[in-house]
Amino acid sequence: MTEPSNMQATVQNITTALKDKPGALLPILHAIQDALGYVPAESVPAIAKALNLSRAEVHGVISFYHYFRDTKPGKHTIHLCRAESCQAMGGKQLEKHVKARLGIDFHETTADGKFSLEPVYCLGNCACSPAMQIGEEIYGRVSANSFDTAINETGEPA
Amino acid sequence: MSITIYVPCDSSAISLGANGVAAAIAKEAEKRNIEIELIRNGSRGMFWLEPLVEVATEQGRVAYGPVHSGDVSGLFDADFIQGGAHNLALGLTEELDYLKKQQRLTFARIGKTDPVSLDDYLNNDGYRGLSNALNLPQTDIVKAVTDSGLRGRGGAAFPTGIKWNTVLNTPSEQKYIICNADEGDSGTFSDRMVMEGDPYVLIEGMTIAGLAVGATQGYIYLRVEYPHAREALQTAIEKAYQAGYLGDDIQGSGKAFHLEVRLGAGAYICGEETSLMESLEGKRGLVRFKPPLPAISGLFGKPTVVNNVISLASVPVILDKGGDYYRDFGMGRSRGTLPLQLAGNIKRTGLVELAFGATLRELLYDFGGGSASGRPIRAVQVGGPLGAYLPESQFDTPLDYEAFAAIWAVLGHGGVVAFDDTVDMAEMARYSMEFCAIESCGKCTPCRIGSTRGAELMDDIIKRRDMNKNIPLLRDLCNTLLNGSLCALGGMTPYPVLSALNHFPEDFGIDDKANAA
Repeated sequence: MTEPSNMQATVQNITTALKDKPGALLPILHAIQDALGYVPAESVPAIAKALNLSRAEVHGVISFYHYFRDTKPGKHTIHLCRAESCQAMGGKQLEKHVKARLGIDFHETTADGKFSLEPVYCLGNCACSPAMQIGEEIYGRVSANSFDTAINETGEPA
Repeated sequence: MSITIYVPCDSSAISLGANGVAAAIAKEAEKRNIEIELIRNGSRGMFWLEPLVEVATEQGRVAYGPVHSGDVSGLFDADFIQGGAHNLALGLTEELDYLKKQQRLTFARIGKTDPVSLDDYLNNDGYRGLSNALNLPQTDIVKAVTDSGLRGRGGAAFPTGIKWNTVLNTPSEQKYIICNADEGDSGTFSDRMVMEGDPYVLIEGMTIAGLAVGATQGYIYLRVEYPHAREALQTAIEKAYQAGYLGDDIQGSGKAFHLEVRLGAGAYICGEETSLMESLEGKRGLVRFKPPLPAISGLFGKPTVVNNVISLASVPVILDKGGDYYRDFGMGRSRGTLPLQLAGNIKRTGLVELAFGATLRELLYDFGGGSASGRPIRAVQVGGPLGAYLPESQFDTPLDYEAFAAIWAVLGHGGVVAFDDTVDMAEMARYSMEFCAIESCGKCTPCRIGSTRGAELMDDIIKRRDMNKNIPLLRDLCNTLLNGSLCALGGMTPYPVLSALNHFPEDFGIDDKANAA
């Protein structure tokens, strides 16, 4: 857990380093999310000040993009593809299994804080559908069984 | 003599275990005291064979696949490092039908070379296009691209040379080249394969574009879902700077071009060029009104070329071999080649680069081998989530922009997703509306409200409620989206919806096609 003061220091360092880039807001938000796992609401005033934007503008950008989140994610974020190619190869049944196995719906985090589940609309792995991503690791031709194996390999009992 | 073994680093190959295979090969070679050079190449694009391991022999590269970590010891036992016989042996890679029948221009190097090795790139015709371009006046570079007949491979198929010419002729202190690498269309992965498998070809293409129009700064707007592409691009860009292929003085010419990768954040709409520019400027990805065209007033209000990865990656071969060489491939007004992506319920999924003019049927059956499930292919969506669904009766349509437009379909970015006969097309139509609702930027009403209403309407239709009222209402709504939306997201969502309704009315509870109309 990041201490609030550390969090503010991280945000400050990132905004100072990147604020002079043309179109700096997305690079700043990416750097914050890379460092903290999310973009905390408390970071918005500092970002707004550094870029001479209103807090509403910064919040508007964070909320526009599916990738940015303002809540702490689980230890592992699972992105499950919902797009057509994956549907053609049993993606919907896999989705049911994943939700039942984790006991959560999309955009939720398991009660023990281990897994977050997010939908994604194509991972570019359509030749090996259905596809998912855990962290930065990509998986192809995922079945209920191989999903369970992948979950077990994270070392977190689910 | 050391043996060269290739294991792809393409993310699809990795998703099937290529990293484990590479590690197992290294370990087994060490155990057996065999000296090997392990190269992580791009993928050949034959994904049913991935992880595809290749070994360099005197006869050429020999392929084995699909290889799993557990097969590695057996492969060494079979002396695969000398091309030995094994039940996974596929023979010489280049002789495999799937590859041999293709016309690979843009993908010429992919799968053969180490993607981030600049030496490999230079030894395989790399930077020949740039070296020609450095000796040409700007108008001649643009002319070569215009003469080639290259049209935007992102989907809109706008002539690339005309776009470049507009930027060239718009005076400005600062101009930009943007590579649209936000490959959000489901069923497509050719951009990813280029960026992971041959990043220098994109860098070279963008550099040539910069020289042609007088732009000194380029941005690659890359989707965040592609971490491996990001890594390959960043490594390649760094090496290109070190070797003087990027920077203030490209190869001693005194001409400058700088390049930076910027990440998207999971918004499909940012693949639309004006929304992409808003995003690059650090804003919500709201679509802009056109005019002004980006070529006149684009990024930060400056003249900007926005091209797709494949368009830009096709430029080096055009500048190397000439516009005529490229134009001689293809049919009608669709010149050159299109890297098609075979996905979904297909036995042999992969990347098939072909001159325009082959039929969809050849692609699905000669290359794809039919469905993966063994059931009949019932519907094929071509051109991403905004592309029409085609029934079997349209499979003989040639892959050509105009031929597809004539049957109210689109070729788009060349994604082909097949479905077998278990598909429910009303559910697919519902999904298209839902997708549009999730991804709409919200600027225009038809798309923002229409997509949500469309999904609700499809829920009713799926439950067979008020059919006499709801089917005409769906058509009316699609008409509003089609004609009233600001960009292609709202404007083309009716393609999958109405094509599903028109070609598969039975899935919508309509018995005969006449009543569907």
